[in-house]
Amino acid sequence: MAEKLPIEVILDKCTGCTLCVKVCPFGAIEMKEKKAVIDLTKCTLCGACVEACKFDAIIIEKKEEAPKADLSSYKDVWVFAEQKKGKVQSIAFELLGKGRELADKLGSDLCAVLLGDNVEEEAKELIARGADKVYLVESAKLKAYEDDPYTKVLTELISKYKPEVVLCGASVIGRSLISRVAVTLRVGLTADCTGLDIDDKEKILLQTRPAFGGNIMATIISPDYRPQMATVRHKVMKEPEADSKRKGEIIKEEYPEDVYTSRTHLIDIVEEIEETVNLAEADIIVSGGRGLGAKENFSVIKDLALTLNAAVGASRSAVDADWIPYSHQVGQTGKTVCPKLYIACGISGQIQHLIGMKSSDCIVAINKDPEAPIFSVATYGIVGDLFKVVPVLNEQFKQILN
Amino acid sequence: MKILVLIKQVPDTTDVKIDPETNTLKREGVESIINPFDMYAIEEAIRLKERFGEGAEVVAVSMGPPQAEAALREAISMGCDSAILLSDRKFAGSDTWATSYVLAQAIRKLGDYKVIFCGKQASDGDTAQVGPGVSMHLDIPQVTYVKRIEKIDEKEATVERMTEEGYDIVETPLPVLFTVVKEINEPRLPSLKGKMKAKKAEIQVWGADEVSCDEDKIGLDGSPTRVVKIFTPPPREGGQILEGEPDEIAKELASLLKDVVIA
Repeated sequence: MAEKLPIEVILDKCTGCTLCVKVCPFGAIEMKEKKAVIDLTKCTLCGACVEACKFDAIIIEKKEEAPKADLSSYKDVWVFAEQKKGKVQSIAFELLGKGRELADKLGSDLCAVLLGDNVEEEAKELIARGADKVYLVESAKLKAYEDDPYTKVLTELISKYKPEVVLCGASVIGRSLISRVAVTLRVGLTADCTGLDIDDKEKILLQTRPAFGGNIMATIISPDYRPQMATVRHKVMKEPEADSKRKGEIIKEEYPEDVYTSRTHLIDIVEEIEETVNLAEADIIVSGGRGLGAKENFSVIKDLALTLNAAVGASRSAVDADWIPYSHQVGQTGKTVCPKLYIACGISGQIQHLIGMKSSDCIVAINKDPEAPIFSVATYGIVGDLFKVVPVLNEQFKQILN
Repeated sequence: MKILVLIKQVPDTTDVKIDPETNTLKREGVESIINPFDMYAIEEAIRLKERFGEGAEVVAVSMGPPQAEAALREAISMGCDSAILLSDRKFAGSDTWATSYVLAQAIRKLGDYKVIFCGKQASDGDTAQVGPGVSMHLDIPQVTYVKRIEKIDEKEATVERMTEEGYDIVETPLPVLFTVVKEINEPRLPSLKGKMKAKKAEIQVWGADEVSCDEDKIGLDGSPTRVVKIFTPPPREGGQILEGEPDEIAKELASLLKDVVIA
């Protein structure tokens, strides 16, 4: 007999309404003789059908687990404060803003963790941005990020101080580091959360994130493990203002040399961004696509970007045509961005591109083709010739900004 | 020299459409593909094999339902030598912790590997957590977001890791796990010979027992995280189409955006 999955359709309750069929993200449910039948080879137990069924006809059984270590000994909300060249990155401040909210709801402290070399001044900045405590570990070996020592130090700190929640940026460093820490500690980790909240009753972290290229949203919990860990992308949370009068405590930790040893060695750090602003951190992005027609026409985009102090983005077809380097590509196989303003010029808006930018606060689309899919996500759409519109727009912005 | 590549079968998100009436996903006829990022991992694994010549082999490994076999056959058609499918009802509902644990157990069983390639993330879950998780379970070094392998021999490698500002140059001993980005190569198309080979290839299927998994660490029950709610995001507010002469529109738009631009 085939092994039973812990999901079951209670046939007496199933009315054949097909709601579950529609919500299943995996196409795993079919109707047979007006009853839902779950294809167990496709089902991932995500629970979408259980949620959708109005008749409680689908149940997922989760084994009652023996109570784990005393979870109540875990408290405080932690933010991993990523630094580069001794400067705390803005993502850390954004996390402190959200972290403050969560800590207040839990009635606990908000703490930042800072690893680096000679970065005590930055620890003070973290306090100004909302941290009650900063755990500071300084060593020449921690000057720039390396997987091994950062993993070991963060793991040691968490094991010692037992935070309830740990937040980390979904940056190159954050994503490389935090999964290794979660694996070592045997705890849950949710990537790229766009919403974080505390369940009022259970006092657990509710982590909401997009899946399937943003086509569905999922709320994820980790009730039986501590800390509850999550990553958040740039610009999703709001950066709090600095308040230099805030008081906080800096707690210094030191470790034996072997904790700092690394199997990999960072030989060099090469910076090669043409523009001054990094795509993920930019408040405004001006992007160009196939509609530009030629490499040299990117100057129209770059001029506007310069006026707005914006970063330059591009669609995949512009990158594939070699008009601009891959580091500028926005979309599924490039970067996912979420700026305050995204101006798409000559970009038709293939789904892969939309996935990468559709959560921007305000989207402007300039395209010749009125049927272009980009208009479906645009806050303001202009059907027209970008070469006529963009230069005038540039002049207008120059006037406004002067 | 054994080179491993970890791949995932995902729904083709370009195919996903929203039913405008129910505002839910239409999944009928959605094709399954190899995660686009894994194509670069497969290509790089094959290139490395070609670089090392005689005695080098590439094994593709995937965890998923039985139909994920198709993804592994495609990997063989591109030039992988063999493939292992990790499939077991007991794996269902595994989160990234449990998934990276199962993959690591399978890799231990395969043994004697030098390099493991993964795509930087999967296009359905987008977590980028499984690759680093596997390296931790195996306790080997990793380099993420690799965009170029500068030097590699049987003992060590020098690679470029893509960062937000450019790239880092990193030296690592082998064995190592690399997650790779699009910039690293241009994946090849399967050859006719490759397709024939893929058709005939026998794909081994390993379950929880074959890879000696601790049952407390796999599937829904062994996963620290769980999904409590799935919903469709509210559709974006209807936009506004500006009409008129380019001059007028540009002026109108500039004044509409004034606050955003000045802030």
